[in-house]
Amino acid sequence: MAPTKKMGIKQKYAHLTRGLDWETTYEKMDDVFPYDKFEGIKITDWSKWEDPFRLTMDSYWKFQAEKERKLYAVIDAFAQNNGQTNISDARYVNVLKLFLTGISPEEYQAHRGFAFTGRHLRGVGPRVACQQQSLDELRHFQTQCHTISHFNKFFNGLSEFRTMHDRVFYLSVPKSFFDDARTAGPFEFMIAIGFAFEYVLTNLLFVPFMSGAAYNGDMSTVTFGFSAQSDESRHMTLGIEVIKFLLEQHPDNLPIVQEWVDKWFWRGFRLLGLVSMMMDYMLPKKVMSWKEAWEIYFVEAGGSLFKDLERYGLKMPKYHEQATEACEHISHQLYGLLYQLSHVTGLHAWMPDDEHMDWLSEKYPNTFDKYYRPRFELWKQQEAEGKRFYYNGLLQLCHTCQLPMTFTEPDDPTTTCFRESEYEGQHYHFCSDGCKDIFDREPEKYISSWLPIQQIFQGNCGGPTIPDVLAYYMFGPNDGGEYVGSEDNKLWESWKNATTKEAAE
Amino acid sequence: MTVEIKTMDFEPKRHTFGHVARRIGGDKPASRYQEATLDVQATENFHYRPLWEPEFWHYDTGKTKVVMEDWYKPLDPRQYYYATYNIARANMNQSVERNFTFVEDKNLLGKLSDELKQKLIIGLIPARHVHWGSNMNTSEMCQRGYGTAFTAPCMFSAGDHLGMAQIVSRIGLELDGQTGNGLDKAKDAWMNDKAWQGIRKLVENTLVQRDFFELFVAQVLGINGVILEAIYNGLDDAWGEASLPISMLSEFMNDWQKEEARWSHSTIKIVAAESAENKAIVSAWASDWINRAEDALRTYTAAIAGDENIAKTYADKERVTAKSLGLEI
Repeated sequence: MAPTKKMGIKQKYAHLTRGLDWETTYEKMDDVFPYDKFEGIKITDWSKWEDPFRLTMDSYWKFQAEKERKLYAVIDAFAQNNGQTNISDARYVNVLKLFLTGISPEEYQAHRGFAFTGRHLRGVGPRVACQQQSLDELRHFQTQCHTISHFNKFFNGLSEFRTMHDRVFYLSVPKSFFDDARTAGPFEFMIAIGFAFEYVLTNLLFVPFMSGAAYNGDMSTVTFGFSAQSDESRHMTLGIEVIKFLLEQHPDNLPIVQEWVDKWFWRGFRLLGLVSMMMDYMLPKKVMSWKEAWEIYFVEAGGSLFKDLERYGLKMPKYHEQATEACEHISHQLYGLLYQLSHVTGLHAWMPDDEHMDWLSEKYPNTFDKYYRPRFELWKQQEAEGKRFYYNGLLQLCHTCQLPMTFTEPDDPTTTCFRESEYEGQHYHFCSDGCKDIFDREPEKYISSWLPIQQIFQGNCGGPTIPDVLAYYMFGPNDGGEYVGSEDNKLWESWKNATTKEAAE
Repeated sequence: MTVEIKTMDFEPKRHTFGHVARRIGGDKPASRYQEATLDVQATENFHYRPLWEPEFWHYDTGKTKVVMEDWYKPLDPRQYYYATYNIARANMNQSVERNFTFVEDKNLLGKLSDELKQKLIIGLIPARHVHWGSNMNTSEMCQRGYGTAFTAPCMFSAGDHLGMAQIVSRIGLELDGQTGNGLDKAKDAWMNDKAWQGIRKLVENTLVQRDFFELFVAQVLGINGVILEAIYNGLDDAWGEASLPISMLSEFMNDWQKEEARWSHSTIKIVAAESAENKAIVSAWASDWINRAEDALRTYTAAIAGDENIAKTYADKERVTAKSLGLEI
């Protein structure tokens, strides 16, 4: 008998993963995998799936354990050496507040979501990759929580992040985004989170926060960022492989996938509005402007990605031109809103100083001086007169993205954009064409949105008064409001004074 | 004499997060396990009904018949969070590597008779499919379960079962000269040989189980406690001179069983102790799935070891365990 040939790596990996699976006979396959057909996606041959990376569990444990050992050594050293005193300024902590209350809980949702697809996609190849991503996402939640835990010991606005995430009005923006993905079918989840979020938009979320940490002396968070980089690369590879696979499997998948790409691009763009405000206004030391980031990571990188996907018939997401145009505006509009509302948020806001405003003029030559500087100058004047401006009403929210209706018409930055739909005799309001389209496509899903302002009116948020609602949100008295004169500000000044004094002695 | 480095004093304002402090009896330093686990999963104000199961929210206590006042009662005595889990498994895997190297260096499997090799391929290697089914079940418990204290360790178990399926596969590759033919044969046995059909049916029955805690009981007391326990420990006589290398190469599985049971048994115990109703429900599930596992195992051990009694021995052992967890069997 001729000696049998030994296997190559690819074949061996196939034996160690897809070879494990079998076609069930004692139970129907459709009962074992009950959720992967209703979305209309047609898969003719799961075995055509190309494993984007070949990681057996023993290697996974080994690599990940090594990374964790290093990361926790840095986290421990950061705490021991009071690394929080070496950040650029206590204003930077606002960035961590936004991250821990708005993003980390979504890492957790991604963990459970990938457990869902890791169990319920019929193909074994993607299932294994999803399970590893599920573990990674749990890692990201937990390491972020451990990293920021040290800041929580000194600064306000971090302590109740979990409860805040479930209740606070602006945090319903990320929460509804991920609830939307989690409640979608397994294929839509993969396009929403695996492709749109982890592939198309990840550089606009992950990089700004982690580079922001690096630029602002937060060695602990940036070490997490470096440590998570290789996980993120794996997630991106999975995201791109999924979309190619779906498009290659059957031509009928294209229109479905295109609608998902349109939807999740727009939803992601709206969610990233929070990041735009962070990048342009909250980082004491700036990495780049939101507009620059959008140009590099979406217009250029995203553009060539979609160019590559053209061969499958996939088009650039609907309203991408509107998004690019809006990048001249959204950070100013949202931070302007936060400035007026910070007393009812868990975040601090402050007036950008002259140097900062000049930077904004330089980065936004078409819009900042023309539309936004005058607003800030007016508020600055009011501050000088001892009348810092706060808005005391309740805002109307977009029914889809749940951001306040603050964005302007695509071709007219002086007019607020309002869109409306009627469904079963009720009226629903939207901030944009993109958000209206999303609702109109699945109204029966979106009518159940837990809209924070409506919930306040219905008496579901602690009571009828602002203090009742803030108590329900579990905001501490020093969590939000004006930064100057805040507890965080005073603490920071006391540290700086102590350091200067020590140095002088 | 002591050496004291002079540092500036920074008095913390608080020691841990609010939701953690409320659970551990006040603001005091919390462990990493606690901060990584307690109250992590969202619990309220969900936005949309799952398209695939609109009768529940995506996080919903109604997905099991047992009722817990608080799903953060069953904590993990191992206190695993992602880092400690991976470090523990990486360490365990170092001995796996050493054992494989030892067995390969001494050619302990290569020198076995073809007959014995075939016996192992047919009798042992299909266990990798049992692990794969278990991986599906534990992923399901994570996605479907309630509360991070319960669901996070389920995902760790999913990783473990995939890892163990791959260890068994590696044993198969040692036996088939790294060709993969043995794995194909083993799969054929899993699908068609009478010996495995009871076990395959049992595993497939669990794959359609929608109550996440019944699934947990079936997995822990049925598949882990009876089937896998017997496969790795009850067949030494059948494996003959291969029993030593096989025990070496399945050391991970035996260590894992003991370690994982610290968590899974304590979880069953706590959930059953919650109320008389829970105790009755969990006891009924335990009896049922241990019985079914015993039936499934009987065909297997009869065919592989020529001994039906092994099944009873292992099932009875698991019944004793179940009783020790407060269940009525």
